[in-house]
Amino acid sequence: MSDTHAQTVPFVRDTMLPQQAPPTSQIGAVRWLRENLFSSVLNVALTVLAVGTIVWIVMHIGPWLMNSVWNANSLAECRQILAGESGACFAVIRDRWHQLMFGFYPSDLYWRPILAMVLMLVAIAPILFDKLPRKLIWFSALYPFVAFWLLWGGSLWLPLAVIGGFAVGYGAFLGLSRVTGSVLALIGAVLAAIVWWVWLAAPVSSALQSAVSLSIRPVPSRDFGGFMLSIIIGVTGIALSLPLGIMLALGRKSDMLLIKAISVGFIEFIRGVPLITLLFTASLLLNYFLPPGTSFDIILRVIIMVTLFAAAYMAEVIRGGLAALPRGQYEAADALGLDYWKAMRLIILPQALKISIPGIVNTFIGLFKDTTLVVFIGLLDPIGLSNAIRADTNWNGIYWELFIFIGVCFFIFCFGMSRYSMYLERRLKTDHR
Amino acid sequence: MKKSVFLGTLSLTALAAGFASAATLDDVKARGTLNCGVSTGVNGFSAPDSNGVWQGFDVAICRAVAAAVLGDPMKVNFITTTGQTRFSALASGEIDILARNTTWTFSRDADLKFTFAGVNYYDGQGFMVNKALGVSSAKELDGATVCIQTGTTTELNLADYFKANNMKYEPVPIETNAEAQQQYLAGACDVYTTDASGLAATRATFADAENHIVLPEIISKEPLGPLVRQGDEQWSDIARWTLNALIAAEEYGVTSANIEELAKSTENPEIKRLLGTEGELGKMLGLDNDWAVRAIKAGGNYGEIFASNIGEATPIGLARGLNAQWTQGGLLYAPPFR
Repeated sequence: MSDTHAQTVPFVRDTMLPQQAPPTSQIGAVRWLRENLFSSVLNVALTVLAVGTIVWIVMHIGPWLMNSVWNANSLAECRQILAGESGACFAVIRDRWHQLMFGFYPSDLYWRPILAMVLMLVAIAPILFDKLPRKLIWFSALYPFVAFWLLWGGSLWLPLAVIGGFAVGYGAFLGLSRVTGSVLALIGAVLAAIVWWVWLAAPVSSALQSAVSLSIRPVPSRDFGGFMLSIIIGVTGIALSLPLGIMLALGRKSDMLLIKAISVGFIEFIRGVPLITLLFTASLLLNYFLPPGTSFDIILRVIIMVTLFAAAYMAEVIRGGLAALPRGQYEAADALGLDYWKAMRLIILPQALKISIPGIVNTFIGLFKDTTLVVFIGLLDPIGLSNAIRADTNWNGIYWELFIFIGVCFFIFCFGMSRYSMYLERRLKTDHR
Repeated sequence: MKKSVFLGTLSLTALAAGFASAATLDDVKARGTLNCGVSTGVNGFSAPDSNGVWQGFDVAICRAVAAAVLGDPMKVNFITTTGQTRFSALASGEIDILARNTTWTFSRDADLKFTFAGVNYYDGQGFMVNKALGVSSAKELDGATVCIQTGTTTELNLADYFKANNMKYEPVPIETNAEAQQQYLAGACDVYTTDASGLAATRATFADAENHIVLPEIISKEPLGPLVRQGDEQWSDIARWTLNALIAAEEYGVTSANIEELAKSTENPEIKRLLGTEGELGKMLGLDNDWAVRAIKAGGNYGEIFASNIGEATPIGLARGLNAQWTQGGLLYAPPFR
């Protein structure tokens, strides 16, 4: 049978045609270009326009950047080296980078802010990434005191005495909870800690200091500046505004009239006032209210104001997350017999915070960038320093180079935060699509 | 961190409150440093150098006062103030003296309750134009676009001047001097107007300074000087006479170089009283008799300070003009040391 077929159908191929490459218009770069850049008349026009713009920008800025001068001691010297050609004078960054980073912090003590920065990365690592050992969180809790001591210097006993306040509060709680209910014990513990902090911590720490001297050279706040100042204000504000914002958001949704009224009043007042007004209040108005000669640390005042400001926005972002949760979640928590705090901690907040991540990170980034507003109250953040640097005879007249540098640094920080938030969203994604 | 800083400040507060009632001089001596308010940066007047050490014409006044009171010109805490924060910083006691090219006006003296220690720089508002404009007098500026810092006295002076001369102008509002430089160079305005010292400093930074001229007209009076709180006469006397000592030193030819020698050898009774080898002038201020010697040695006499910070040998290149001694046709006139 097979023979007959072989004779009657002479043109049937018995082998497969070799696979051919797809037409050049359907593969690789050409296809990508056709699909993405030249798919329609409008797209062709837009592509040409965009390429033209990019080329124009590169043609104009490229030579200026390529011609950069990095080694000079003044703008005049830069211009001499450039000899009439257009070029950037990044020598100003080289000459003043330590000021842009640390302000007027004593140069032989730069290791302290650097160490504080490295330790900060260690301290936030267990908060950012859950694969790390959980014990590290203890270091994170201690870190604020370590950082304070490293940055401001002075006696180690002061931060230790402040930590002691927590021990006093805990001790009071344990002692009182045997006698009374847990709520009363909690109030007593808080009172005990406050009494310790306000009246006892300072004398105790100075007494200990005179007994065993454990101090490093103190650095006054006015020597702080540059990105160090931005990071101190930004990171402290971020770390404090999240818990405060959560409390405010819960307070606003609370059934208790007083708490609700206070939360609403606080949030609406702070949101209704520009940050710059709060900063002016911190730097100017407080001076009139406090007794003359009082030196209420200016950085502390700014941190408080920035934190309060960010907390109000944070509260509204988190309230959005709380509102987005289906009512069934609240009811389920109640049905399980959980009390309010347990329900919030175990069921409501984890979901609400997850929903709010983009908004929270948005507020963080905004807060970090808002730290540049302190220039208006005379603190030398990077923008303020750029004014001061330009006021020096050597560098007067320089403009773009400083702002490009500051802009790039801020971009790195803010872009980093934004990427982390995207990573976090992906990791926490539990919905099924 | 918040709490610990708070505690630290609370303890500082308690300490500071103890001294609050005392006089400024005692405060400064107890603290060991002078808190001096300066601007966040004005070319030639106050700016930190690359080592973070403040330099400038206003800064030199602070250093002289610190040297007179504390014996060391470096014992100064420079506290940066902006145009908005400077007066409340002084009124609240955050700073002991404000040396921040502040114009002496009636209302600042009488209403804001400050005492001006004198004038360390006589300034006035001027105009800068591009030579290509072909203008040689401010009277020819009819119809010009003018870059002007908003919210300053210069804005009002400009309006007055153009109105008085029956001319029109178009204002281009700008916020800072740096912005003004950029706008002016980019051709957004024909004319830039601000204090003449600022114009000279700005012009000095241009790559093509020879193409720009500062017009001869000065249209306002801007006497700049250091100021202190009203009500502490001893402290305002110290500030006033430290400034006068610097001015008088130039008049009598006392410089930081020859002061040691003059203190020993001079026969001029006025110099002897100034340098404390005769009379008890220092005691009357609550200081010792060497106070003026230290103040002058800190940065030199007025002429030396001027020359090294903003004078003709510096890139800013200001001529003495009104700021010459009265014997040289200027306005500087220190009352007698007697």
